[in-house]
Amino acid sequence: MVYYSKTHEYIRMENETEGFVGISAFAAKQLGNVVYVDLPEEGDEFSQAEDFGAIESVKAASDLYAPVDMEVTEVNEALADNPRLINDDPMANYLMKVTVTDSSQLEELMDEAAYADFCAASH
Amino acid sequence: MNRELYASLVFELSAPGRKGYFLPDSGIPADGALDGIPSGLLREKDPQLPECDELTVVRHYNNMSTNNFGVDTGFYPLGSCTMKYNPKINEEIASHPAFSGLHPYTPACASQGALEAYWHLQKALCEIGGMAEFTLNPFAGAHGELTGLMVIRRYHESRGDTGRRKVIVPDSAHGTNPASAAVAGLEIVEVKSRPDGTVDVDDLRPLLDESVAAVMMTNPNTLGIFEKNIPEIARLVHEAGALMYYDGANLNPMLGVARPGDMGFDVMHINLHKTFSTPHGGGGPGSGPVGVRKGLEQFLPSPRVVSRQVNRDDIPVGEHERYALEYGPESLGSVSATLGNFAVQLRALSYILTLGAEGLMEAGPLATLNANYVKEKLKADYLLPIEGVCKHEFVFDGLRDKSTGVTTLNVAKRLLDHGYHAPTIYFPLLFHESLMIEPTETESRETLDKFVEVMRSIAREARETPEVVINAPLNPPVTHPDDTEAALHPILTYDELLNGKV
Repeated sequence: MVYYSKTHEYIRMENETEGFVGISAFAAKQLGNVVYVDLPEEGDEFSQAEDFGAIESVKAASDLYAPVDMEVTEVNEALADNPRLINDDPMANYLMKVTVTDSSQLEELMDEAAYADFCAASH
Repeated sequence: MNRELYASLVFELSAPGRKGYFLPDSGIPADGALDGIPSGLLREKDPQLPECDELTVVRHYNNMSTNNFGVDTGFYPLGSCTMKYNPKINEEIASHPAFSGLHPYTPACASQGALEAYWHLQKALCEIGGMAEFTLNPFAGAHGELTGLMVIRRYHESRGDTGRRKVIVPDSAHGTNPASAAVAGLEIVEVKSRPDGTVDVDDLRPLLDESVAAVMMTNPNTLGIFEKNIPEIARLVHEAGALMYYDGANLNPMLGVARPGDMGFDVMHINLHKTFSTPHGGGGPGSGPVGVRKGLEQFLPSPRVVSRQVNRDDIPVGEHERYALEYGPESLGSVSATLGNFAVQLRALSYILTLGAEGLMEAGPLATLNANYVKEKLKADYLLPIEGVCKHEFVFDGLRDKSTGVTTLNVAKRLLDHGYHAPTIYFPLLFHESLMIEPTETESRETLDKFVEVMRSIAREARETPEVVINAPLNPPVTHPDDTEAALHPILTYDELLNGKV
């Protein structure tokens, strides 16, 4: 199950508590070619809507916001050398793996269909 | 010009041992010159410097200069940058040997004329900005922002109010605002814009508390919209004990019409290289004077140039002592060696004195008229997200017809084929396809009409032959640089080009 935030991050849940956080295909397309990603470290904790890093493309630099309360368990190291992987496939090339500390917050996020409507309305 | 012949790097033109000068032997033995220097500080190999004859060097740089683009070559509608024409009289004044030959550390008693010019510009900017005092020392706009924020920090600290660490910036702000706040050691909090492009007062109100040091605003903002709620915002900010900072990037339409000081701003910077017609955009250097309202002047950087009739001992001063350098005890200290970019200051003073008060008061309304003229002529083809009268600039959200696949980037690159500098694109971040146009007051109606015609022709191409726009540009000396690769793996030296990046 994939959930989306209004700030265009997704969280793809692997099981009840673990998931992958990344940016949506819509966000990747809007940003254009990504040239740099600033990510936190393993073990860092963030609360919902807190900024956990930044992403920079040839067009713009944007902060990244935690979709839910979470703890980072793994950072996608491949992005350091090749941030363009995000443009190739933002879902496969997640930013980091996290443990969700308050799974009730997932209900506040959008599902695939609701997010598609949200993006259509924002353009 | 033969592009192939002259596209070489100066390093590629180098031949071992070739030189463009002949100097007599210095007579100083080279042996032992390096004795006593720790080996860790010595080069392992000689620097790679090009070896060329004079004619080759002259041709190389002359040909390169013809590939340059500036306001002197063509229309440059770069939003947020005020690329107005720089009158040549400015250059004449700045290059006068009495100024250009002056050593930066000439004592005040022997540089009264230069200090007088500096002092007059300070006073003129005070009048224009509605401020009590100005310093001209900061070297650029962002440097001015940093200086201004340091003044604000110093003000709070002087009152023992040390808990103020936050700076509030609108989501439409120039990127330099949050960057300067971060460099000043402050935290950044973003405030949202309303659908009409102005700051949302209701969003701002709950953010204001005793942790806020300042609110930074640009007025008119980066959408070219005048912030009508500024008196109320200033009142709320001051009630919360914070200060108002004015980003002077968009001062041009306000010249002589409205003053930041009257709107309630406490600290401001001015980009001389935008509003006051000094070279800009690779042609710099810039200059970012900072003004403050009464009660903050003691925190300005040192030295300050003051005019005086008597000295510290109350003894009348002579002609050679009228203008003096002052180092106040509460000053935040030095932000620059010497007194900033003096030659830039002279150009700005020349501009102000040439136009006079009446001329300056015409600049803003003309810049506003030109922007609205272009906006109205193009809004049938380009999407105008915020209707109404703009000030000196406006933002389109790309082409109106989104079905063609042609993006703002494509439109900007197609403009290069027509001999125009591209407008600012993908800023501000409020829209996905921002295209920001600022014609300035110095362009004629004929120039604007031609530009409108070209912009319309690009919109037509986007509908009829979109591939032409998508594959643009075809005419410039360099057509399709790989900007992503350049950002990821920049090659900055000839050595890196030859041997790859280490």
